[in-house]
Amino acid sequence: MENKIKVTGLNLWYGDNHALNNVSIDIYKNHITALIGPSGCGKSTFLRCLNRMNDLIRNIRITGDVVIDGKNIYDKDVDEVSVRKHIGMVFQQPNPFPKSIYDNVAYAPLKHGQVKKGQTCDDLVEQSLRRANLWVEVKDKLQQPGTSLSGGQQQRLCIARTIAVQPEVILMDEPTSALDPISTEKIEALMLELKQDYSIITVTHNMQQAARVADYTAFFHLGLLIEYAETETIFINPVQKKTEDYVTGRYG
Amino acid sequence: MKSDPHPFADTHLRKRHRRARWFKNLTLFAIGLSISFLFYFLTDMVVKGLPAFQQTYIKVTIHYTTQSQSNPFAALDKSYRKIISRAWYRALPQQMAVNPALLNTQAEVWALADDQVDQYLKGHYHNLKPKERTLVDHLQAKGEVVLKFNALFFSHSDSKIPEFAGLKSAMVGSVLTLFITMVLAFPLGVMTAVYLEEFAIDNRWTQFIEININNLAAIPSILFGLLGLAIFINLFGLPRSSALVGGLTLALMTLPIIIVSARAALRSIPDSIRQAGYGLGLSKLQVVQDHVLPLAFPGILTGSIIGLAHAMGETAPLIIIGMIAFIPDSPDSFTQAATVMPAQIFTWAGMPERAYIEKTAAAIMVLLGVLLSFNGLAIYLRKKFAVKW
Ligand SMILES: Nc1ncnc2c1ncn2[C@@H]1O[C@H](COP(=O)(O)OP(=O)(O)OP(=O)(O)O)[C@@H](O)[C@H]1O
Ligand SMILES: [Mg+2]
Repeated sequence: MENKIKVTGLNLWYGDNHALNNVSIDIYKNHITALIGPSGCGKSTFLRCLNRMNDLIRNIRITGDVVIDGKNIYDKDVDEVSVRKHIGMVFQQPNPFPKSIYDNVAYAPLKHGQVKKGQTCDDLVEQSLRRANLWVEVKDKLQQPGTSLSGGQQQRLCIARTIAVQPEVILMDEPTSALDPISTEKIEALMLELKQDYSIITVTHNMQQAARVADYTAFFHLGLLIEYAETETIFINPVQKKTEDYVTGRYG
Repeated sequence: MKSDPHPFADTHLRKRHRRARWFKNLTLFAIGLSISFLFYFLTDMVVKGLPAFQQTYIKVTIHYTTQSQSNPFAALDKSYRKIISRAWYRALPQQMAVNPALLNTQAEVWALADDQVDQYLKGHYHNLKPKERTLVDHLQAKGEVVLKFNALFFSHSDSKIPEFAGLKSAMVGSVLTLFITMVLAFPLGVMTAVYLEEFAIDNRWTQFIEININNLAAIPSILFGLLGLAIFINLFGLPRSSALVGGLTLALMTLPIIIVSARAALRSIPDSIRQAGYGLGLSKLQVVQDHVLPLAFPGILTGSIIGLAHAMGETAPLIIIGMIAFIPDSPDSFTQAATVMPAQIFTWAGMPERAYIEKTAAAIMVLLGVLLSFNGLAIYLRKKFAVKW
């Protein structure tokens, strides 16, 4: 199994708040890794470390290494903008741009110079929407605003927008928590398809979801990585008492 | 224990309702009071100002003779001397010099009447002698005295002869001044707001700048006049009374208003849009320029137009830098002496002749009309550029 991301000794402070405490973890290529844990334990914070989104937050201090494909993304010679191009992100609330469906997908690849306006761009838009299982629903209304879609469609649009940039890793922060069960199912199916080509790291509060889609699961608690193993192990046979309490719902 | 007539009976409730009604009536009264003040003001302006949009003309026969070339009063019958505008007489020799073919001809024209005749016709106070009054009455009976639309009011500039005074120089001055203000304050204000909202890190410096901008917005406008006088006129030596200096001064005044409103507009754009952009690997400039600014634009525009409307109605700082001067010719460059509409209103309001009262009111109507259309424009643009979510 190929290693995609290797995190060693990652610490993060928001001011005086030690939000991530010496986290080390290996994330595997073409697998889905789920991050679970009680609210405020640092899952989102950890996720944002992987594409340097935390750089946008003031008063923050990060130590440790996040090595992706053999390169520490926190090295001085790495531009965080380029990191985010390679490591895509999908957010909890669907946040399409208030532009047309087409522009939502085409905007970033055009800006990155990955495609030129015209047929190649149209192809990329179609291909990305197809990969996100949205093409059939929107192919006749590409010029309508992305915000006119339903929540679940919007989230798939956001995924299409992310994969249009052709990242290698997709980070998802509770991608289905704002969605109904049917949309959730669609997104989960999509995640399983996408893992052929991408490494996916997803945060979820939904234990069943983690059990359904994730190959590996990491349990966080108070900024510490308590346990990390294959999903089955975490849910059926966890080593740590805290993990067991959490996955069986006895936590808190 | 007293038994309640039904389970929802609540004796306290009636009192609460009464107080709510009382409060509601109080708010209604406040609105009613302000509307009636506004209504009174507007009707008063319209009643006083409307007559100014008409002006009296008298039918006369001009005799272009050699004598009238040096003494224009000779061109008309002597009896007309007091009832025709001096300004009209004064223009005759010039007319003949330009067009020598007129010599020894006659022409029947509508000549501008003296302001006293005008006021007499409009039923205002006048000081016509009985002889002149009978003449005017006589001419009017023949249909040789009429009220016509006062085109002069818009095509002429200020004059010491009331019937000849118009708003043109003030309108041109306002346009020139506001042009300078807009060209400076809009880009500077929006840039500053974008920097403070999107780029600046929160430190002592930016807090200091922020406090100063907020304070600047609260400074009495007359102080901006002093600032303009000290900096633009005394320090930089720019021409006094000019639209350039006026525009610069008003730009200083409008800048904080635009900054504050543009920042509010930028702040109202949800962070999720920025996150979406950054998450795709866009640079800060791309996120701000392509995603944040277009969304904030309607708000920024509205704030800026309101700021400009504010600048347009401003008089105090312009008095300080000398834009209150008597400007008989409308300026055609930014450096010539100019005046603006509110300053013109101020000047006319202080004139002793009765005829200026209606001019003042009419000028106020024009100014209010322009301000209202500014606000209308703001609403229209906001609708036009609004992005659906
Ligand atoms: N932008 C921020 N500034 C300061 N502190 C923050 C910030 N974001 C998160 N924190 C703090 O860091 C800790 C971890 O937060 P984080 O959002 O990573 O938790 P989480 O595991 O994602 O929780 P949830 O499941 O509720 O989303 C919390 O104590 C939180 O208060
Ligand atoms: Mg979170």
